[in-house]
Amino acid sequence: MFNKEIECMPVKKLKELQLERLKWSIRHAFDNVPFYKKKFEAAGFHPDQFKDFDDMQRIPFLTKQDMRDNYPYGLFAVPLNKIVRVHASSGTTGNATVIGHTKNDLNVFSELVARSLSSYGVTGDDIIQVAYGYGLFTGGLGLHYGSERLGALTVPMSGGNTPRQLMFIKDFGVTVFGSTPSYALNIADFIEKNMPDFKMESTKLRIGVFGAEPWTEGMRSEIERRLKIDAYDIYGLSELMGPGVSYECKNKSGLHLGEDNFYAEIINPDTGELLPEGERGEIVYTSLTKEALPVIRYRSRDITRLFRDGCSCGRTLIKMDRVTGRSDDMLIIRGVNVFPSQIESVLMKFEGIEPHYQIIVDRKGPLDDIEVMVEVNERLFSDEIKVMNDLSKNISNHFKSSLGISAKITLVEPQTIPRSEGKSARVIDKRKI
Amino acid sequence: MNVTQLSAFVSNKPGHLQKVLKVLAENNINIITLTIAETVDFGILRMIVNDAEKGHKVLKDNNITASITDVLALEIDDTPGSLYKALDVFAKMNLNIEYMYAFSEKRQGKAVMIFRFEDIEAAKTALQDNGYNIVRKIDIIGEN
Repeated sequence: MFNKEIECMPVKKLKELQLERLKWSIRHAFDNVPFYKKKFEAAGFHPDQFKDFDDMQRIPFLTKQDMRDNYPYGLFAVPLNKIVRVHASSGTTGNATVIGHTKNDLNVFSELVARSLSSYGVTGDDIIQVAYGYGLFTGGLGLHYGSERLGALTVPMSGGNTPRQLMFIKDFGVTVFGSTPSYALNIADFIEKNMPDFKMESTKLRIGVFGAEPWTEGMRSEIERRLKIDAYDIYGLSELMGPGVSYECKNKSGLHLGEDNFYAEIINPDTGELLPEGERGEIVYTSLTKEALPVIRYRSRDITRLFRDGCSCGRTLIKMDRVTGRSDDMLIIRGVNVFPSQIESVLMKFEGIEPHYQIIVDRKGPLDDIEVMVEVNERLFSDEIKVMNDLSKNISNHFKSSLGISAKITLVEPQTIPRSEGKSARVIDKRKI
Repeated sequence: MNVTQLSAFVSNKPGHLQKVLKVLAENNINIITLTIAETVDFGILRMIVNDAEKGHKVLKDNNITASITDVLALEIDDTPGSLYKALDVFAKMNLNIEYMYAFSEKRQGKAVMIFRFEDIEAAKTALQDNGYNIVRKIDIIGEN
């Protein structure tokens, strides 16, 4: 364990630490960021009124739009000469979101990534290949500095160029690999198609660090089976920091949240109302130690739940479920709320179905149509039409019974659904609503 | 001996069937007869070829989903009522034909039918008991 004192701190003590840091963070935002001051005052809130966790609900939320509106430096709470790095989101839907970090912020960032790696069983003796993109995106540099903090040999590969990734895994004796889960599957496809003689067993790879996009248990077992590794989830968001906000332990049963640096609440995404511990909803974050850009009640749009289960790994840090979707990519199909990940878990129940699928939602006439494209590989194929039709019917019935929606299943040829090297675009919404 | 059929999954879109045929052509696979079962979204191309194993391999190598299956090739007289009589054997034995198709050319004045059964051995026995000639793989593709 990288920081036993914090990671195994008794819950009562941890909460005291959080409360003390919350007070500082809220005051820091109010005193140094005019935007927060104005926003708090408009909501009738003053930091002096903040006494206990219950008072959180009096503070207004921070949204992604607020961050865009303050492009580029509007939310910084320290002078620019104290900022040593910025990261930014791509900004395809408006202004980019720019996040600044002080030296201390980066220290916290690398420690949290080091804690994550250590939690998967990675040590300073490991060789880590970082196949997340380097640059403004937090994945590459985030994992990179965490790996160095742990003292591991770090290979800064960045994403893409699969043959070279595989060559280095083999030649460098790489033991740990980090990328998006869809890129890991991309690599497995590549090996199967182009390098049938490449045996994963002949490499030293043992652990995979996957994050930056939602994935499921089905994808995990697919990656573990095909790449012959243990696959762990790392979670984060650039608005807060990047990967390492929460991380799985060996139990693979939820992600421990870095509670000494972040305070999390779960709300009903429609009403903004606080939900009790254990209930599923949108997770809202408040940073506790961030100097450059304090984040107060940020609406992440990520859907999960928070719970303490006395984890056998010894960590007392609260756990969150693997993020199963986002409140904003939630599909409402004929009035039914559906997350793409739920569609995936239905597909994963079928032996032989690969985790490459695409969902197309369209509205022809008054009703929504959902079409799920599934690639037919040799395990699903039959020379008899009735067997193929039974397969589609069977999948369709499962959709009906588990999600309550009627989906049209379209069987397509292998490799027709686009693979992405970054985040997969699995849902195409053609509706004009 | 049964005849080996090569089947391929083909999207029901322009150019897709051609892609399969191109792969077979480039690998010198000759199609002796074929049939397509189609649905709105996809078709299943079923073929008798000169080398089914090789055909299967080259399709796989080109990311085309394919499989090989044993089917029954049956020689019947090219006269009215011959197919009716042959099917009578299956009906009496309660053997369900999954699908069937015909050879495009006659062989020594006889027609050749391809049948797909759930239980190919039962069908063979029933036919042989009734004096039918089951065509062997080697007769169809010729010796080379």
